[in-house]
Amino acid sequence: MTISIDPQKTNNESLQPKGWLRYFSFSLDHKVIGIQYLVCGFLFYLIGGTLASAIRIELASPMSDFMPRDVYNQVLTLHGTIMIFLWIVPVVNGAFGNYLIPFYVGARDMAFPRLNAVAFWLIPPSGLMLVASYFVEGAAQAGWTAYPPLSITTPQSGQIIWILSVLLLGGSSIFGGINFIATIIKLRRPGLKLMQLPMYCWAMLGTSLLVVLSTPVLAGTLILLSFDIIANTGFFNPVLGGNVVVYQHLFWFYSHPAVYIMVLPAFGLVSEILPVHARKPLFGYTTMVFSIMGIVVLGLVVWAHHMFTSGTPPWMRLFFTIATAFIAVPTGIKFFNWVATLWGGKISINSAMLFSCGFIINFVFGGITGVALAQVPFDIHVHDTYFVVAHFHYIVYGGTVFIIFSSIYHWFPKVTGKMLNEKLGILHFIITFIGFNLCFAPQHWLGLNGMPRRVAEYDPQFQFVNQISSLGALLMAISTIPFLINVFLSVKNGKDAGDNPWNALTPEWLTSSPPPVENWEGEAPLVEEPYGYGKEISEQN
Amino acid sequence: MLNKNFYLILIISLVFAISFWIGFNVNLLPAQASINAPIYDELFKILFIIGLIIFIGMTIAVIYSLFKFRKRNDQIGDGIALEGNLSLEIVWTIIPSIIVLLIGLYSYNIYDRMGGMKELNHNHKMMSSNTEKIWAGISQTSDNEVAINNLSIEVSAMQFAFLFNYPKGNFISGELHVPVDQKVSMKMESKDVIHAFWVPEFRIKQDIIPGQPTILNFTPTKVGKYPIICAELCGPYHGGMRASIIVEEESDYNEWFNNNKKPEVNL
Repeated sequence: MTISIDPQKTNNESLQPKGWLRYFSFSLDHKVIGIQYLVCGFLFYLIGGTLASAIRIELASPMSDFMPRDVYNQVLTLHGTIMIFLWIVPVVNGAFGNYLIPFYVGARDMAFPRLNAVAFWLIPPSGLMLVASYFVEGAAQAGWTAYPPLSITTPQSGQIIWILSVLLLGGSSIFGGINFIATIIKLRRPGLKLMQLPMYCWAMLGTSLLVVLSTPVLAGTLILLSFDIIANTGFFNPVLGGNVVVYQHLFWFYSHPAVYIMVLPAFGLVSEILPVHARKPLFGYTTMVFSIMGIVVLGLVVWAHHMFTSGTPPWMRLFFTIATAFIAVPTGIKFFNWVATLWGGKISINSAMLFSCGFIINFVFGGITGVALAQVPFDIHVHDTYFVVAHFHYIVYGGTVFIIFSSIYHWFPKVTGKMLNEKLGILHFIITFIGFNLCFAPQHWLGLNGMPRRVAEYDPQFQFVNQISSLGALLMAISTIPFLINVFLSVKNGKDAGDNPWNALTPEWLTSSPPPVENWEGEAPLVEEPYGYGKEISEQN
Repeated sequence: MLNKNFYLILIISLVFAISFWIGFNVNLLPAQASINAPIYDELFKILFIIGLIIFIGMTIAVIYSLFKFRKRNDQIGDGIALEGNLSLEIVWTIIPSIIVLLIGLYSYNIYDRMGGMKELNHNHKMMSSNTEKIWAGISQTSDNEVAINNLSIEVSAMQFAFLFNYPKGNFISGELHVPVDQKVSMKMESKDVIHAFWVPEFRIKQDIIPGQPTILNFTPTKVGKYPIICAELCGPYHGGMRASIIVEEESDYNEWFNNNKKPEVNL
């Protein structure tokens, strides 16, 4: 065993490039890797957003008139794949996880810095490969779910490149997951107990368990699918006696936990942001920890709720209804706790706070439609319709992406030492919030009234509501402009933030901003109460 | 303190009143044209009202907190050092658990009334053997009430069309004609990729899978022409994969059936 986890050795400063160049290098610094994840993810978000705009332009009119039908299917496949595997998963896990977890456990780096860099550097090539597949023979066009037999019968090259790319991204995700578990369990500063960790550590521990348990299943499934495509095996090919429903079970065994891989870290991040800006301790720390673990356990046994209209027998439909509906309980606890965290605080109404509150409102809405969708008889009507599209965008965009923005406003001063402009930030929030709700709220009605998802054409009576939705999408596209202006202006000319502009108590703020390579000049501080707001006042009284 | 509780109760009653009013007066669903539809709409209404209460309640709580507890310019320092409240947390664990459990039991009841829990079988005398395994679907016919006069139809789906085979008449149609108020039993199988059979006005949907027959039973209640929509991505023309179901009076249906009927070929 010669693997060195001694940060002193791995962070050999003289070998690392300095300045801007280090963000393009095989850096081993967890902070650099975190920023690499974030910027890379954001570039793919812009690509995925462009594809989303193309979808909404196509759907502004009932006819399929903006792009060829097979290109439309490629666009929606790439949109889903890019947004999930190249934007949300890498950013809420890789970017914030890498940046924050070593601070939170009091370490100078992640447990395996080289594995960490490898995990990041798998992402740009696989993402580029995925996008480039469009120019080969057309990208994959079977949806991000890649259900056989459609994925077997559509053009092979695009589908194979899609599989390879998702396998690499899955590998990256597993490397990251192992690293987070090892860091949180083994690299904690002496004296720091598990129940003293900031909530994001717990969220990342739960998420990483899900990643490590479920991603290999997806990898295995996709390898079998690729055999069916290139080697004419018959695992899922019904012509050769294969079973198409087995693929769905295996796929959703990963892809439902994937939802929690996308939202649990967001739950963690919002638990860090709210107490700081409300100047109050996080309400109900222990119940928060247990509800995260409850979500992890339940999240592994709910996958078949994606298959209520598929080849699932009645008893299975019923079991998965109950299991899915019960996820609402631990999730609900967290939302009540966040509102209770706000209650009685001294709330600074800034961009980070507004995006977090927007997250609470959007996610509660998406959670309610989620409980409804868990009910088999309800789902049978709206499954595979725009109702579902609306529901999951409320979860992943209204939920997680709002938290990504909230986190950027919250931690930008930490990373750069400069403040973001608050006026532009609030403008960004307002346009995003209105645009998002305008885009997705009407889609519930479309689904209930007969518009299936993944279609390039629809009945003329749906045109008006689709145009409202497209208008919302336009606002969402516009909302990135004030954000980008804000980031570029503030990096250069932003107001100086000082080391701890929010007077926060979590450990990443107890060092300089931006932090030194070794995270702290001296010994890592022991933070036993990361949410101890209001303590001094009550002691004085 | 009494004053505070009074306002709290007032707001909660208002939230309930608004939610019930919207739930009973706003219709988000298409016309009801099968016996499943009113059952579905009953569930929808209940879930809609509960959802509205929670959503409006939470939104008010967030906006009120932002307004009431916002930091004034002259204020310094922190909020109260409240780290939790065990009894409150127990309350908001138990109440949602009970709500979720009741919704689950209620939706089980709804599903049962829709025929979802009946044993899956299909009363085809001519086309299928009794040993064939049916994988999934909604059945309203249990074993002991196999009605001879049920209308049995075999559905095959392919890129990008539905074909309806009427075994009793020995013909295939591209349009699904059914008599009103009669139980229809369909056995569905796909020739290529996965498709789905969806009639929004009937509130039913079932995937049509290659290699695994599924069944779907329903009873139309309203004369008219409704769209049959493919709901599972099946290729470039997925959005155009449509057919029509025509629900007609029994006499009209019989006329159509007899016009299309072909004599049976004896081998």
